[in-house]
Amino acid sequence: MDIMDYLKEHENKDMLRFLTCGSVDDGKSTLIGRMLYDAKMIFDDQLAAAKSESKKYGTTGESIDMALLVDGLQSEREQGITIDVAYRFFATDNRKFIIADTPGHEQYTRNMVTGASTADVAIILIDARKGILTQTRRHSFIVNLLGIEHIIIAINKMDLVNFSEETFNTIKASYADLAKELGIPHTYYIPVSALNGDNVVESSTSTPWYQGKPLLGLLDSMDIAKVAKEEDFRFPVQYVNRPNLDFRGFCGTIASGSVKVGDSITVLPSGKSSKVKSIINAGDTSEAYMDITTKEAYAPMAITLTTEDEIDISRGDMIVHSNNLPRVSNSLKVMLVWMDDKVMEVGRNYDIKRATSVISGSFTHINYKIDVNTYKRTEVDSLALNDIASCKMILTQPIASDAYSDNRLTGAFIVVDRISNNTVGAGMIIGVSRRDEDVNKLATKVYNDAEKGLNSYIRTHFPEWNCKKI
Amino acid sequence: MLSQERLTHLKQLEAESIHILREVVAEFSNPVMMYSVGKDSSVMLHLAMKAFAPAKLPFPMLHVDTLWKFKEMIAFRDQRAKDLDFELIVHSNPEGIEMNISPFEHGSKTHTDIMKTQALKQALNAGGYDAIIGGARRDEEKSRAKERIFSFRDKHHRWDPKNQRPELWNIYNTATDKGESVRVFPISNWTELDIWQYIYLEDIKIPSLYFAKEQEVVEYEGTKIRVDDERMPKALRDTAKKETVRFRTLGCYPLTGAIASSATTLPEIIQEMLLSTSSEREGRVIDKDQEGAMELKKIEGYF
Repeated sequence: MDIMDYLKEHENKDMLRFLTCGSVDDGKSTLIGRMLYDAKMIFDDQLAAAKSESKKYGTTGESIDMALLVDGLQSEREQGITIDVAYRFFATDNRKFIIADTPGHEQYTRNMVTGASTADVAIILIDARKGILTQTRRHSFIVNLLGIEHIIIAINKMDLVNFSEETFNTIKASYADLAKELGIPHTYYIPVSALNGDNVVESSTSTPWYQGKPLLGLLDSMDIAKVAKEEDFRFPVQYVNRPNLDFRGFCGTIASGSVKVGDSITVLPSGKSSKVKSIINAGDTSEAYMDITTKEAYAPMAITLTTEDEIDISRGDMIVHSNNLPRVSNSLKVMLVWMDDKVMEVGRNYDIKRATSVISGSFTHINYKIDVNTYKRTEVDSLALNDIASCKMILTQPIASDAYSDNRLTGAFIVVDRISNNTVGAGMIIGVSRRDEDVNKLATKVYNDAEKGLNSYIRTHFPEWNCKKI
Repeated sequence: MLSQERLTHLKQLEAESIHILREVVAEFSNPVMMYSVGKDSSVMLHLAMKAFAPAKLPFPMLHVDTLWKFKEMIAFRDQRAKDLDFELIVHSNPEGIEMNISPFEHGSKTHTDIMKTQALKQALNAGGYDAIIGGARRDEEKSRAKERIFSFRDKHHRWDPKNQRPELWNIYNTATDKGESVRVFPISNWTELDIWQYIYLEDIKIPSLYFAKEQEVVEYEGTKIRVDDERMPKALRDTAKKETVRFRTLGCYPLTGAIASSATTLPEIIQEMLLSTSSEREGRVIDKDQEGAMELKKIEGYF
């Protein structure tokens, strides 16, 4: 193909992010290494490095250990495991792929949650000799919890069960029960051998009974378009751009839906309304034309909006269509994944970052903790690392929010410890209360100028007090 | 129906990068963007201009000048600063200048440590920046694949690969205490091919060193390097031959390997890249020092 045709074709590629779940023994790194290798994404020098490392750490004898093409940190290579989330990239003529490669052991649940948060599709590896294991239940629960609707079940090591169709079908049937139990909407099953490349990039001659596509072909063609709530326009205000007195633009990334010039909009939580005056799609601007405007914009464009009226809008607010308002409340029912060694204490104050807003809040009650392996619910008083629980969250100010199942970007939040500054938890909004709770007790005080001045003085001159900005 | 499907992968990557850049400016009081003058920096600068249009860049661009960069890079840098009217900060390690550090004499390891890693620390300490925006990509090298987009650094600019903050959705934890900082990598999810395609589509200016032309090169430590000035030892300079070459990455000229090429346009560069059998970093001498070299350098504070 001529290079100009190639460029033309590749201008119109789309993007798919997927997650691979499995433990070191399932051949997950081997599968990814195989995909990159067979898709010709591995360069000669990288292959040479993997060859020399294979002799040192490899587990495959004389042949190249595909896993070493992808296992990144030196400490991991020595231990032969993947301990963190690694992101890898490759492309076909249709799509660019971003792989989140995460560890599968229970102690790394938080890493898998992290990888799953941005993925559209999950690949769950099952060892054909072992079938569905506790970890399969765990991985499936987590990817479903994080809202991934498409799950590919790669039944690996088919070479070790003589490519038996019966084995494949038995595993497929038992996974279908699991998918039903969890309510996973779309499942796909593929018999593979990552080690030898069967049904990874090329269809295998060893599985004539399998009529489906090989893994790469499936990833390349699957339809991941969301039918979810496209009509809900949600625009979390990220930054107020005010280069001069004549221009006041509200920058942000459209979380869902679309917006047009002239649309009636409402700012939440204040409830003030106006109309869209102009839209700058950052993607359209160029060095020569920095003020180019557009009539309409849609998710996930990064845009700048201006409004007809001078209304007070700041970072953390959400702009929505006036005829399609999300619920506003400070009382939320959430699913919380705890990610820190220090336990989550009921009633303790944390900073909750949801989209672009940071508001302090606390978990006032743990409804139940859910076991990721058995899905059993238990009552607990605190949460430890990797615990997943349904909780009641009360914020010091109300926010406009959607359920995570309706909107992945406005229904998700992270929990930041106010002393260590670490990200200690991640949560998904399940439901929003109709009324504010304890709002009088918890509502943020309105500060006068003298109080604001004092706060600013302390922050400037006594930074070691770690005084919070009001 | 309007949907995500209508945005191409490059438009999605662009929107993600702009979101990250705006998050930095909204959350930090004293951000800076590293400017290395190369293609990735050129893309970052372009993205930053877009993110804040119609305003000017709301942060300065910082160039750590090792004093061994290609001459053309310096001229290009100054012209961009003039044309786009951004604040440019240039820093070179004064101790290194005094010691007259030369990659030819002191070796790549010492040169990089003093003129790059130490110089960077000096510049960052002097500026007191709380967010440092860099152009690293996750596809560049294995240890980078696990780097966060917002990567926390302690008071000594050190990176702890085993103790990184979880990073979920597009929600970035920007909390730091005084003296600590965050390194931010807005183009983490771009590949080398994405970068080139974007430069081509958006018509982004890049130094001409990326394009093939006949120039004087010598064989040095297993790579071909350009005779860029008189500081190259005379014995080496005497071996110079004219060859048609170009550079896949730009850095210190004694440490940047040229590749034989006839690509004089962006489509030709992209075509060459697609047919290439060696990775971008192969031209960089520093990675070969030892296995896991980049990981060790990053722990020490190298970008």
